[in-house]
Amino acid sequence: MALSGVEIFKMLPKTNCKKCGHPTCLAFAMKLAQRQISIDACPDVSAEAKKILGEASAPPIRPITFGVGDKAVKMGEETVLFRHDKKFLNPTVFALEIKDTASDDEINSKVEAVATSEIDRVGQKLRIDSILVENASKDAGRFEAVVKAIAAKGPEIPLILSTADPAAAEAAVKAVADKKPILYGANESNAEAMANIAKTYKVPLGVYAKGVDALAAFTEKIKGLGVDDMVIDSGARTAKEIIEDNTIIRRAATKKNFKPLGYPVINFVQRDNPMLETLMTALGITKYSSIIVISNVEKWKNLATFTLRQNIYTDPQVPMQVEQKIYKIGEPTPEAPFLITTNFSLTYFIVLGEVENSKVPCRLAVMDTGGLSVLTSWAAGKFTASKIAQFIKESGIENEISHRELIIPGYVAILSGSIEEKLPGWKVTVGPREANAIPVFLKGRA
Amino acid sequence: MSFVVPKETYSGKVYEVSIGTDKVASFGGENMLPFLSFEGTAKNRPLIAFEIQDIPPDDWPDTVKKVYEGVSANPVEWAKYCQDKLGAKAIALRLLGTHPDRLDRSPDEAAKIASDVLAALNVPLIILGSNHVDKDAAVLCAVAMAVKDKNCIIGKAQEENHKTIAAAAMANNLKLIAMSNLDINLSKQLNILITQMGFDKEKLITDPMCSALGYGLDYTYSVMERIRLAALTQNDVTMQQPLLGDIGMYVWKVKETQALEADLPMLGALEDRAVAWEAVTATAFMIAGAELLIMRHPKAVEALEKLIDELM
Repeated sequence: MALSGVEIFKMLPKTNCKKCGHPTCLAFAMKLAQRQISIDACPDVSAEAKKILGEASAPPIRPITFGVGDKAVKMGEETVLFRHDKKFLNPTVFALEIKDTASDDEINSKVEAVATSEIDRVGQKLRIDSILVENASKDAGRFEAVVKAIAAKGPEIPLILSTADPAAAEAAVKAVADKKPILYGANESNAEAMANIAKTYKVPLGVYAKGVDALAAFTEKIKGLGVDDMVIDSGARTAKEIIEDNTIIRRAATKKNFKPLGYPVINFVQRDNPMLETLMTALGITKYSSIIVISNVEKWKNLATFTLRQNIYTDPQVPMQVEQKIYKIGEPTPEAPFLITTNFSLTYFIVLGEVENSKVPCRLAVMDTGGLSVLTSWAAGKFTASKIAQFIKESGIENEISHRELIIPGYVAILSGSIEEKLPGWKVTVGPREANAIPVFLKGRA
Repeated sequence: MSFVVPKETYSGKVYEVSIGTDKVASFGGENMLPFLSFEGTAKNRPLIAFEIQDIPPDDWPDTVKKVYEGVSANPVEWAKYCQDKLGAKAIALRLLGTHPDRLDRSPDEAAKIASDVLAALNVPLIILGSNHVDKDAAVLCAVAMAVKDKNCIIGKAQEENHKTIAAAAMANNLKLIAMSNLDINLSKQLNILITQMGFDKEKLITDPMCSALGYGLDYTYSVMERIRLAALTQNDVTMQQPLLGDIGMYVWKVKETQALEADLPMLGALEDRAVAWEAVTATAFMIAGAELLIMRHPKAVEALEKLIDELM
């Protein structure tokens, strides 16, 4: 259970030595209770107290990383049930299942699809993070060969090796141990052997037990066998089982600090119907999956699930804004079109994307409206004719461009006359209401 | 350590709303967070209404417009097509033609269309204005009289026009949607204003303002989650109305539901992408707490119904 600041204080040396960087032991204890600092900062604490405090102050869901290098993925460390309380930290990992019974061509094309899945959306790089290799053949030799081939073809892709056969597991893990794969996994009938392999090769272990209750007992058993890094599977496969088990696990870990369930969750959502699989993935993203195993990576499906993951894992407490300035898009000449919008980051990125799509080099003035969109900031009196005129005058843009034409968003067409009054010599043109009409608008002027 | 399932006990519940007179449909009524059946009773599935308009959907993207080719010129035929051929459990008629920038159709004309559509249907009808606050007040008053006692939903009442529209819904014994701008406090305040007029709090539906995947979804999602938590854990009677996700109109204007694969190959196949955009948006809001959803594409509705089958 989580300890209060005062309970922690009782276990500290109470010398107020300040070596931890805090004025008093009590202040340090309070920071520990809020999980803002590690007990390691205190040089004088007893070994026994350190053990108790270390366990109590660890994040309620254990951080687990698999893969190596830039593409390694981190999971766990979540502390809340609802994103309005605190940002969800480590985004859900998407893992494409590849069966070792597939033909070599099919395997190659799937690895290729994962390796080239990365897209850029509003400034973030998004991709299919991982491949799960399934030992469907039940043949240890085939499994090892396929795992090796996948690792050779996609050397940076983090792997999950899925087999219940210790012999197949050992051969495959040994072949790619330096890539730190997850071994999935352990169940009641192979626990000792699988735990040994995970320990020997220092890889996280996926553990399976049917039902949350059995799973909690099973992770304790695995821990007792010397494995600390686990990802857990309660056997939930239907939508109902996934939302319920994942909620119970997240609640037990974050609200009760119940350690046996304080691990990242792996869910399997493969469906024959790709649209239903997409919605199952959406369910997992919103309801606490750390890894979602999927059966295909169609571009349309990736785009929808990447975008939802990005939405759910943004920080709800930080207003999304970009810096007020005049952005050059492409290499605009002095004659290039000059547009204005507000500094809500979504607005900016959408307008930016559409101007780029138009292939017409432009200057885009982004005005500080406190991170509000065009209509909202206009309604709030932050995107008015006089404020726009002042921004344009002070921006120095008049020395940069040869014309005096300003394109404003269609939603604030009403401002065109008053901006012209306040900016003598300027002509105001009303642009489209929605950003997706910008390419046609800009091309039509060229 | 022995494990005890951490169940929440909720002090509140969501009001159940039933609409229609022939085939009645109900939504809401649950006393737990969405789909957590281990700690409460769901009572009803979320209800999905198919969106139609009083004018042809000329500005809808092709992917969804072509589904209704041949019927969308006539709102009565369009409504019947959704009910009879697509299995719609409810219809949402948006009177877009009343907007001054569209046909500026008169309140009386709009009321005639609404009653014609209603007369042709067995399933319940939701009647929406054009989101022009002044015009909606006049239009929805005329509509309310035309569908008196038919157990329809009308909307949307907003802060600027709620007095007129709520009075019309009350006088004609109808359910009402109250919409505010993406803020839990504004939502609560509008519900209070409307119920203080004497409007029955159990006949109200809250629209906290929708958005599309990738375009503000996170805001709507969290406002819905917070409203649902307030309803259940704080037993707040001004937050216990069912939530509406007016999905289609937001989803079918974004780039991802329109851009051709030939122009932007990294976006993938257009039809699947567009349908997924609507279905994923709806899934997220349903999981956040929406009990009533208004959608456009039958394939998106079909996928969502399949997911609900698995969730219930």
